[in-house]
Amino acid sequence: MSDQARHRAPEDAAGPMVRAENVHKAFGHVKVLRGIDVTVPRGNVCVVLGPSGSGKSTFLRCINHLEKIDAGRIWVDGKLVGYQQKGDKLYELHDKAVAAQRREIGMVFQRFNLFPHMCALENVMEAPTQVKGQSKAEARRRGIELLDRVGLAEKARNYPSQLSGGQQQRVAIARALAMDPKLMLFDEPTSALDPELVGDVLDAMKDLARSGMTMVVVTHEIGFAREVGDQLIFMDDGVVVESGTPRDVLANPQHPRTRDFLSKVL
Amino acid sequence: MTIPDTSATPVPRDAEPIKAIPVRHPGRWVAIAVIAVLAAMFAHLLLTNSAFQWKFMLQNMFRPPVLWGLFGTVSITILAMIIGVVLGVVVAIARLSNNPILRGTSWAYTWFFRAVPRYVLLIVMGNLGILWPRLEIGVPFDTYLGELFGVQAHWRLFGIETRDLLVGFWVGVLGLALSEAAYMAEIVRAGMLSVDPGQDEAATALGMSRGQALRRVVLPQAMRVIIPPTGNETIAMLKDTSLLIAVPVTRELFFQLSAIGNRTFQVFPMLIAAILWYLFLVSILLVGQYFLEKRFSRGYGRAAQAKMKLEGLAAEHGANPEVP
Ligand SMILES: Nc1ncnc2c1ncn2[C@@H]1O[C@H](COP(=O)(O)OP(=O)(O)OP(=O)(O)O)[C@@H](O)[C@H]1O
Ligand SMILES: [Mg+2]
Repeated sequence: MSDQARHRAPEDAAGPMVRAENVHKAFGHVKVLRGIDVTVPRGNVCVVLGPSGSGKSTFLRCINHLEKIDAGRIWVDGKLVGYQQKGDKLYELHDKAVAAQRREIGMVFQRFNLFPHMCALENVMEAPTQVKGQSKAEARRRGIELLDRVGLAEKARNYPSQLSGGQQQRVAIARALAMDPKLMLFDEPTSALDPELVGDVLDAMKDLARSGMTMVVVTHEIGFAREVGDQLIFMDDGVVVESGTPRDVLANPQHPRTRDFLSKVL
Repeated sequence: MTIPDTSATPVPRDAEPIKAIPVRHPGRWVAIAVIAVLAAMFAHLLLTNSAFQWKFMLQNMFRPPVLWGLFGTVSITILAMIIGVVLGVVVAIARLSNNPILRGTSWAYTWFFRAVPRYVLLIVMGNLGILWPRLEIGVPFDTYLGELFGVQAHWRLFGIETRDLLVGFWVGVLGLALSEAAYMAEIVRAGMLSVDPGQDEAATALGMSRGQALRRVVLPQAMRVIIPPTGNETIAMLKDTSLLIAVPVTRELFFQLSAIGNRTFQVFPMLIAAILWYLFLVSILLVGQYFLEKRFSRGYGRAAQAKMKLEGLAAEHGANPEVP
């Protein structure tokens, strides 16, 4: 343990929250990721842009090991995701260890994926009580606090079917935050929402970004990228075509494919 | 051209209710007459033939051995369904696991128990005592292994006489439960597959284990698909207890009624008594089924409800439940 701690200490303190190195992923013959390199420093918001099918969701799912990568390495908080390096040998981690890694990484989905048989508060309490063994009382107190933070304290007893899309997505954000993650992944969190509901969700995310959370956000909301993004990467066909600060990339795209894409969404 | 005045609020007006002469349906009256005559003819058949022996039937269908058998039938139905459902859930989870050995084994299980007719299965189980008079737990192939190494090997932990283990009642329960588990496994699997994969994914992303995700997230949502056909399975199970005469199981309704019929040479009245008892028991289950279906098909359209009903009836017939 002390040995491990010594190895990790410098990375933990100062290293990036996410480091992806030459990540490859194929589904059968379809090569979806073909060498992704991304580094997200602590407290930064990294916005991922790219056309449909470019591999954005797949990359996000690799970060919390929902997908197994074929080649390359991903580290979160200095720890290799899904594997353990001992000498020059790489060992697959046991399911339990992978689950433990996922606890520290929150994820928000395009289609919310709230548990429909539980009310909003139960959705938020579920993982802390089941996974962390938190007491019901403690989880409830924290759950109400988090729902309040996303502006939904009075909807705590509503079931997902009784909530609007925007409210559901904010509950989903509260649910992910209840595990006290170090990193939050967002996969097009506002794409399934009616336009007038997008603002509330983006506000909750901006609030989260200002509180210092490290975030990787796949989105087409250019305004959000410009306002809170520290870094923007543009993916196409499984590779990062262009990256930089949102201001630079959006104002002055270098690559023709980025220019082409931006001309369509702006 | 005039512009409609949108500033005025509309005022509700009174309307005259429609008073029309309803359409006549002469065909209905003809149908009623035909059915009434047929019903009278049927009643004539039942009441004038002395072979029915209604009085004898009424005297015998409530006798203590019959009620004892009735209680056995109900208990076997409940026990076989409980074991069948639990085992079915286990087989379904194994079927959907990542482990190829579990997947293969559970597939073979459902294949075998769906292929063998219940009646045949029950006869075979009733005769297992002939094959292995004594059942023992120990090292497999011990005597052969011993020969291989030149030692006398009889490595057994404990044993039991098969006759003691396979007393009718429990053979019946076990046989029906094993067979039921195969059908329940298919139903549960279909239910689990009907749950949006995003649910499992969200649970996994929160750090839940596979077991937690199944127990807390997937299975509760699969219930609305699983419960209605399970009602049909229970009805089918109740009727299939009459097959236990093959084992034989004595603590069973049909066995007791047949026994009285054979002893007194009044076979037919007792068969009618059996029909009446089954009508009574199934009617109770049908009432429960009605409320379950109402509760669990909420939110489905009429077409989907009809489809569920058909699948359930197919299951009740012992046909393969449809799996998406
Ligand atoms: N489980 C899977 N099996 C097979 N192919 C897959 C799977 N998941 C994704 N793909 C394929 O991988 C490619 C990239 O998918 P991905 O979802 O990562 O794209 P995306 O950039 O998120 O697109 P979108 O903007 O439409 O969400 C697509 O061609 C998709 O069909
Ligand atoms: Mg996507």
